[in-house]
Amino acid sequence: MTLREIVEKLDFKVKAGSGKLDNEVKGGYVSDLLSDVMANSQENDIWVTLQIHQNIVAVASLNGLSGIVLVNGRYPEKETIQKAETEGIPIVVSKLSAFEVVGKLYNLGILGVTDAGGV
Amino acid sequence: MAEDKRFTRAQELVYELKVSEVMTRQVITVRPENSMSQLRRILKENFISGTPVVNGNRHMVGVVSIEDFINWLNSGEDDTKIEEKMSRDVKTICADEPLVHAVSRFKEFGFGRLPVIERKTGDLVGIITKGDIIKGILKQIEIDYHEEEIHRYRASHIFEDIVADHAALTMQYNVSGGDFKNAGKSSSDLKKTLSRLNIHPKIIRRVAIATYEMEMNIVIFAKKGEIKVEVMPELIKIEAKDSGPGIPDIEKAMQSGYSTAPDWVREMGFGAGMGLNNIKKCSDEMDLKSQVGKGIHLTFIIKMEKEKV
Repeated sequence: MTLREIVEKLDFKVKAGSGKLDNEVKGGYVSDLLSDVMANSQENDIWVTLQIHQNIVAVASLNGLSGIVLVNGRYPEKETIQKAETEGIPIVVSKLSAFEVVGKLYNLGILGVTDAGGV
Repeated sequence: MAEDKRFTRAQELVYELKVSEVMTRQVITVRPENSMSQLRRILKENFISGTPVVNGNRHMVGVVSIEDFINWLNSGEDDTKIEEKMSRDVKTICADEPLVHAVSRFKEFGFGRLPVIERKTGDLVGIITKGDIIKGILKQIEIDYHEEEIHRYRASHIFEDIVADHAALTMQYNVSGGDFKNAGKSSSDLKKTLSRLNIHPKIIRRVAIATYEMEMNIVIFAKKGEIKVEVMPELIKIEAKDSGPGIPDIEKAMQSGYSTAPDWVREMGFGAGMGLNNIKKCSDEMDLKSQVGKGIHLTFIIKMEKEKV
């Protein structure tokens, strides 16, 4: 599924990287800890977070993520938008909570990793 | 939906390229003293619907089109000189103007072509059509693409070209402590460089994650640090040194979830106590030395053999 389809179905607002909405989304990850995302997200994941500072762009770019969803209607910082535009990382905003966003993504068929280690 | 603010390469080129670089230089022209009946033959033979009228000094004095020709036919007048029927109000463009000016003039006047004149002399030097613009841009994009290809090719074969008992490509990245704005830049730059070297994407990913974590450690805890990357045919070795507080208990620091980061750093999502752990997971060998009050010296190695290119 492309990010564009997800954006349209779930009424996300695009704040940056609108030229990259055809990115393919193959899975999803939700976390506000950057190291956790670095370690456990997969390439082409959609990342759900409430972090809005510019380092999220670096994390997404380094991990080859398809896009970032900011929850609770949180607005990305100006520098974050600028950086996302240069790196070509889409940032979209939802007024829903992380729990709701993830639930809706799951219903669209976007799954997460089933074994992130431990246990 | 937000408007796309980024420029495509084609849009950039409309500003970069000059009219003179894409125009057609060989222009069919007529003289003012040519007759309208001659015009018919010239238009027909060259499959054109209009042409500039140029005097003996190569100065453009007008334009005559198929429309002028039809009007003349309709009027039933005798054969006459072109200068009697041509339009003298000519829109032109200078050879040194960027393509974007031509594009906006096409839009403004609804023309399909513009005669090109030399700014200083006023001489007619060519003609530009929408087709010329498209061809010019495509040609330039092809040149850009070839250059990038050559770039990649050279980089990926660098080790084959070097004859030595030991060869390594060394890069150094300097990291400033506390600079959250540029945090991650070194890892991003390194990632770009490694992909130019045609290194396997999985190796690049591991290097990028480990280097990012190290970079963040320097940003969070130290005043400054440096990351030295050595790319060898068989492995990538990364050495990071910082002048920070050092780690009192390395064993504890290696535990997942253990963090000494201040609260404000944690609020940004850093300092999860996973950094060193992530580095260990991503590398094949890892060596961490630390002197409290002086800083740390971290070395890790990622071997190429597991993922052959």
